[in-house]
Amino acid sequence: MHRSQPLSGSGQLSRRRLIGGAMAGLGAAALTGLGLVPAAGGEPGAAHAGNGGLPGLPHFPPKVKRVIYLHQSGAPSQFETFDYKPELVKQRGKDLPESVRNGQRLTGMTSGQKSFPMAPSIFSFSQHGGNGAWISELLPHMATVVDDIAIVRTMYTEAINHDPAITFCQTGSQIAGRPSLGSWVAYALGSENRDLPAFVVLTSNGSGRKDDQPLYDRLWASGFLPSRFQGVKFRNAGDPVLYLNDPPGIDRSMRRDMLDDIGRLDRLAQRDSGDPEIATRIAQYELAFRMQAAVPDLANLSSEPAEVIDSYGPDARRPGTYAANCLLGRRLLERGVRFVQLYHRGWDHHANLPHDIKGQCLDTDQPSAALIRDLKRRGMFDDTLIIWGGEFGRTVYSQGELTATNYGRDHHPRCFSIWLAGGGIKAGTVFGATDDFSYNIITPDAKAHIHDLNATILHLLGIEHTRLTYRFQGRDFRLTDVHGEVVTGILV
Amino acid sequence: MAVGRTSLRWSSGAGNGHRALHAALSVAILALVMIRVDTLTAADAAVDFNRAVRPILSEYCFACHGPDEEQRRKVKSKLRLDTKEGLFTRLGDIVPVIAGDAPHSEVLRRLTTSDDDDRMPPAKTGKRPTAEQIALIRRWIDQGAHWEQHWAFVAPRRPVPPVVAEAGWPRNDIDRFVLARLEREGVHHAPEAPSATLIRRLSLDIIGLPPSPAEVDAVLADPSPQAYEHLVDRLLASPHYGERMAMAWMDGARYADSNGYQADHERSMWRWRDWLIDAFNHNQPFDRFTIEQLAGDLLPHATPEQRIATGFCRNHRINTEGGIIAEEWHVETVIDRVDTTGQVWLGLTLGCARCHDHKYDPISQKDFYRLFAFYNNVPEPGVGREELAGTPPFMKAPTAAQATRLGEFDAAVAQARAHLLECQSHAPADAASKPRSTWTPLLPQTASTASGTTLSIQADGALLASTPAEKEVYTIRAPITLTHLAGVRLEALPHDSLPGKGAGFGKNGNFALSEITVSLITPSGTEVLTATSASADYAEDGWPAANAVDGKDATAWSVLPQAGKRHELVLLISTVAVPAGAEVEVRLSFASPRAKHLLGHLRLAIAEDAPLVAAERDLAQAERARDGFEQSLPTVMVMEEMPKPRPAYVLMRGLYDHHGDEVSPGTPSAFPPLPAGAPANRLGLALWITDPANPLTARVAVNRMWERLFGVGLVKSSDNLGSQGELPSHPELLDWLATEFIRLNWDMKAMLKTMVMSATYRQDSATPAALAASDPDNRLLAHGPRFRLQAETIRDQALAVAGLLTEAIGGPSVRPYQPPGIWDELSNYGNLHNYKHDVGANLYRRSLYTIWKRTTPPPDMVLFDMPSREYCLVRRSRTDTPLQALTLLNDVTFVEAARVLAGLMMRDGGSSVESRLTYGFRRAIARLPSAEELGILREGFTRRLARFRAEPESATHLIAQGDTPADAGQDAAELAAYATVASTILNLDEAITKE
Repeated sequence: MHRSQPLSGSGQLSRRRLIGGAMAGLGAAALTGLGLVPAAGGEPGAAHAGNGGLPGLPHFPPKVKRVIYLHQSGAPSQFETFDYKPELVKQRGKDLPESVRNGQRLTGMTSGQKSFPMAPSIFSFSQHGGNGAWISELLPHMATVVDDIAIVRTMYTEAINHDPAITFCQTGSQIAGRPSLGSWVAYALGSENRDLPAFVVLTSNGSGRKDDQPLYDRLWASGFLPSRFQGVKFRNAGDPVLYLNDPPGIDRSMRRDMLDDIGRLDRLAQRDSGDPEIATRIAQYELAFRMQAAVPDLANLSSEPAEVIDSYGPDARRPGTYAANCLLGRRLLERGVRFVQLYHRGWDHHANLPHDIKGQCLDTDQPSAALIRDLKRRGMFDDTLIIWGGEFGRTVYSQGELTATNYGRDHHPRCFSIWLAGGGIKAGTVFGATDDFSYNIITPDAKAHIHDLNATILHLLGIEHTRLTYRFQGRDFRLTDVHGEVVTGILV
Repeated sequence: MAVGRTSLRWSSGAGNGHRALHAALSVAILALVMIRVDTLTAADAAVDFNRAVRPILSEYCFACHGPDEEQRRKVKSKLRLDTKEGLFTRLGDIVPVIAGDAPHSEVLRRLTTSDDDDRMPPAKTGKRPTAEQIALIRRWIDQGAHWEQHWAFVAPRRPVPPVVAEAGWPRNDIDRFVLARLEREGVHHAPEAPSATLIRRLSLDIIGLPPSPAEVDAVLADPSPQAYEHLVDRLLASPHYGERMAMAWMDGARYADSNGYQADHERSMWRWRDWLIDAFNHNQPFDRFTIEQLAGDLLPHATPEQRIATGFCRNHRINTEGGIIAEEWHVETVIDRVDTTGQVWLGLTLGCARCHDHKYDPISQKDFYRLFAFYNNVPEPGVGREELAGTPPFMKAPTAAQATRLGEFDAAVAQARAHLLECQSHAPADAASKPRSTWTPLLPQTASTASGTTLSIQADGALLASTPAEKEVYTIRAPITLTHLAGVRLEALPHDSLPGKGAGFGKNGNFALSEITVSLITPSGTEVLTATSASADYAEDGWPAANAVDGKDATAWSVLPQAGKRHELVLLISTVAVPAGAEVEVRLSFASPRAKHLLGHLRLAIAEDAPLVAAERDLAQAERARDGFEQSLPTVMVMEEMPKPRPAYVLMRGLYDHHGDEVSPGTPSAFPPLPAGAPANRLGLALWITDPANPLTARVAVNRMWERLFGVGLVKSSDNLGSQGELPSHPELLDWLATEFIRLNWDMKAMLKTMVMSATYRQDSATPAALAASDPDNRLLAHGPRFRLQAETIRDQALAVAGLLTEAIGGPSVRPYQPPGIWDELSNYGNLHNYKHDVGANLYRRSLYTIWKRTTPPPDMVLFDMPSREYCLVRRSRTDTPLQALTLLNDVTFVEAARVLAGLMMRDGGSSVESRLTYGFRRAIARLPSAEELGILREGFTRRLARFRAEPESATHLIAQGDTPADAGQDAAELAAYATVASTILNLDEAITKE
């Protein structure tokens, strides 16, 4: 009684449908799943040579295969971390000269202040590494890897409020709706692991300021790119990936049994309807089954040597901390996940900066340095890109009262410090310089706008940022809009 | 009666034989399909400018030689190729296009020259037209270079439906256009879909819910030739129609229950959402529907409903982040409105003209800011408020039931007031014949305390305390000047010397009055008077006024959190005659567990007329009840127009603080002007949009309706009908539908009915292999639609199939299941925290009522491609991911639905395993399972039943998922095994697909 034209086999599966229907990097998985008796489990965690990226990409031989972006949400102060300003001590308490401010708009939080008393860092700096880079006493571990990183002191941006600024940083536009950096990369290059998503997001809360700036789904959303390219956020409590665990009462073998039935019935429907989408759906169910095994394996640290875990610091054994996420991030990278986006909250220090930033640095200093060492030890450092930084900088003047032990800093877009490390990065570089107030960039040839940073990230992945486009509503969109220059000064 | 996959169709002669023929024909003429392309390239065929040439010019030339004046300046060229004048007018030595003379046309020379510096487009753009494209341009020029305006910018003219060979197939004019194209391409249409499939298709399309087996049976049992039409009419009349249509509109309207941005605080906009559902259900014509949403407030004698409709224009995000600059975010708001209007009604990407002239469409930057000026005059601040009512302007928006209730409260107040007047008229008049005031102040002679608190008598008779004791008793004595004593009033008066400037010494100025006793002291002795009632203007929960007369010191009258305000306690006593020289003694005791909660500032008064006191008290109570109810009424943000418009400017590079020329409201110059007599405000803009002369509005609207039914619009880029949009697959059909919509006076139900009554819509969705390859998007419409259901429908269907769905329409948004911590793990800002799912009926409402927090929307919706609603989006993507599989398999919503469906299968599905499995299958998919399908389901059931029998604990765990308890009378192992089959069914591709 069934449809008289049985359409079987994968010959009917048009290439367009396959690409259009499969998750990033799953073209191969979709094919594998097609019409075959599903494999029981597969090899969880094993990196496969799948791709699923766009044809013609990478545009040129890439320096790195994968990225881990350690975003410091709330915007760390450059004064207490990487931008040493010894001259500022003499200016302590004096008003910021108008000639320095030079028309910069202020946020509503300090625009009403009667004075703008300048606040030098109360933390000391010393020189480290072969290049003698000045590093704050708050970052003793980063000081030991300074020869492995490139510090950029001349990052700048346009937004002065958190929501638009972090949105700009992560999507290349202050306006909501553009694909995130990780989504662009997943779209372009696909995944190297058939059991895990190409783009994974990890979040942690800072101990410096516990009620700090929120994050938003849009920061890892795929915008107008198909939603399969959106970041998959791993959660710190409950199911590590939403709905990952089978409900109580259904074990793995029963799930397998049910999936087999679903697959059989779907194949009948495919025979009758001839719709190639059904084959894709069958493949996605198989991938889901494999993910259910691959994700718990990720979080299971039993195979990880104790000294490795310990190198990330005491927090590494507490899931959901920055340290644990750095370690988890390395495990994701190791399994071929293309883009790992970390967010560490708690850097928005309008008041009580000396106390709060100490906590934030304690959270992040050792794990960030350990990540670099760990990647080196595993031979992954040279084809991985690590980025550390926030969404803007902070003001030289104190928000609120400046006392001997306390001050705050407002948002500042004209300069801030970040660092990069890994493949293609000129290690031991200190790039660009700011004026004595870390207010303005004084090296016009050595500075980096957000678009420049994003262009550079794509460049290291072998992507020419002007050529990675997606047509939406008739227009070809880019991560870098019509801007962006690769920051060659930090590249080898 | 029930039917399987291929049996029983409405139209005769469309059985399997027909289907086989269809498939065979389709395969045979595969090559012919390719003619579609060939017709464009065949050397002798006429080249259609809009179809073939403009897209090439737009793609390769317009970015620099198009509408954007600034860009033309930048590339130092006067050449403009998007207008007729620009294409054909001599420019110095060259003429871009000379009709009939390709070799001397500069456009062709530049495209083909081998000189790298001269060749266009420049190499650095990375763009290169193909040889075929260049050949097309050459042929177009040689054929006379006939030029036309971009198709979508010319008002549709009603085409005559073509004549077709297979005259028996068309059911209405839609089919003539579709069939004519199929016949031209040599492709055969599909047979009609099986009836059960068609019933499900209609139900999902029109009301967004599946038909029950009983509904399917009833339709199939209807012998009338109009059975199909009756079903369509019944579905269109269902109140769920409005819900289904609202779902489609809410994305474009960027509806949400939160502000978005950093804090993402909750807001109240659901009254707009309910207006929307009502408007669809009342079948408001599309022009009216448009005008009310854009400018309902500006209509003469605007009704509350028409004002609520303008909530559409306030659904945008509102930024409340600390330190933002108001003007910057006010500008963002207004720009959002322009973008949204462009996308929703005009199918244009107006937003491209924010920073510069549009690169492809004739929208200058000035045009953009002239549209901006329409929306710039709302008395709104740029920085939002974090309150449920939102950011002004907003209005109280009672529902119909609430409006009735409010009327009842008003009537009660009026009645109490009339009664008071009547009592006053009966009261003994004073010397001046005026009604005496109810209350006579007491002027205390003595005021003493038991435990050392200082109590001093003020000039006006009030008492002020200081140095409060932990517990205390005040004793106050005063002479009485009245002849009778019927009531005592205690006023608690705020005072600057007290904590929180309240009336008491407690927290925030609170107090806790344990007891109040009143005694009459006469020369003959002391008589304690019994209170018959005690009432207060306000009392804290658990601390009512009655506590002050219950004889217990432990209980008290207290007023948190309103401690900072004046309050009063009125005591009625049985009226007593007052002998001459008598005194009143009032004792106030403060001895509750709230230590030191003494009244710090108070005043006493007495009354002699009991009915008057009671009437006054009753009025106060009625007013309080009314005010309290009014306070609880929902609000909605709406549009208002400032008396004096704000100045509007062209904003250079789109930046709020870079003013260019000042502009006044107006429509883009390439389009018709405002209709005659239309005001230059939002109302005028709405009239312009809905003017039949507007070339875009009707086309955009019917194209979206078509897209919802068929999965792809006649113009695939339903969000862009501009120069870079795709060409319609059936241009004449699109124009016929657009003109038909206007002819039907914008009747949305009638338009939808016309589409679903067509034979085109009723086709079987099976895809012959040849067509799957050559026409994967079914642009030829050679078969019926088949695509995945949208996010809301997938969940709604599961609830309906399980019999869990709460069918109530409208109301505040609800909280279904959501994994714990979804909100809190990303934010501590705003007030949307600590998500707790609702209990009872609200757990099972349709998904369009789920609370929508923009920065962290419900994950089960987002995973199925629902947009974040942070901005207007009129076309969803449709993806297929492993996370969707995990959701349908493991989300408690679906686990519970499967188990509850299993319970129904056991209860209502007959007694055999087969009949139960069949029943469950039909509830989800409408048709009967085949023997093969049933076999797979039965074997799975048997295997898993054995497992659950062996492991009864697993069964118990599985059936305990979700709030709805399993029927204790049903065998746990059996129920669990059916639940796994029900889950299998709900996870089938067919179950989440419209066939």
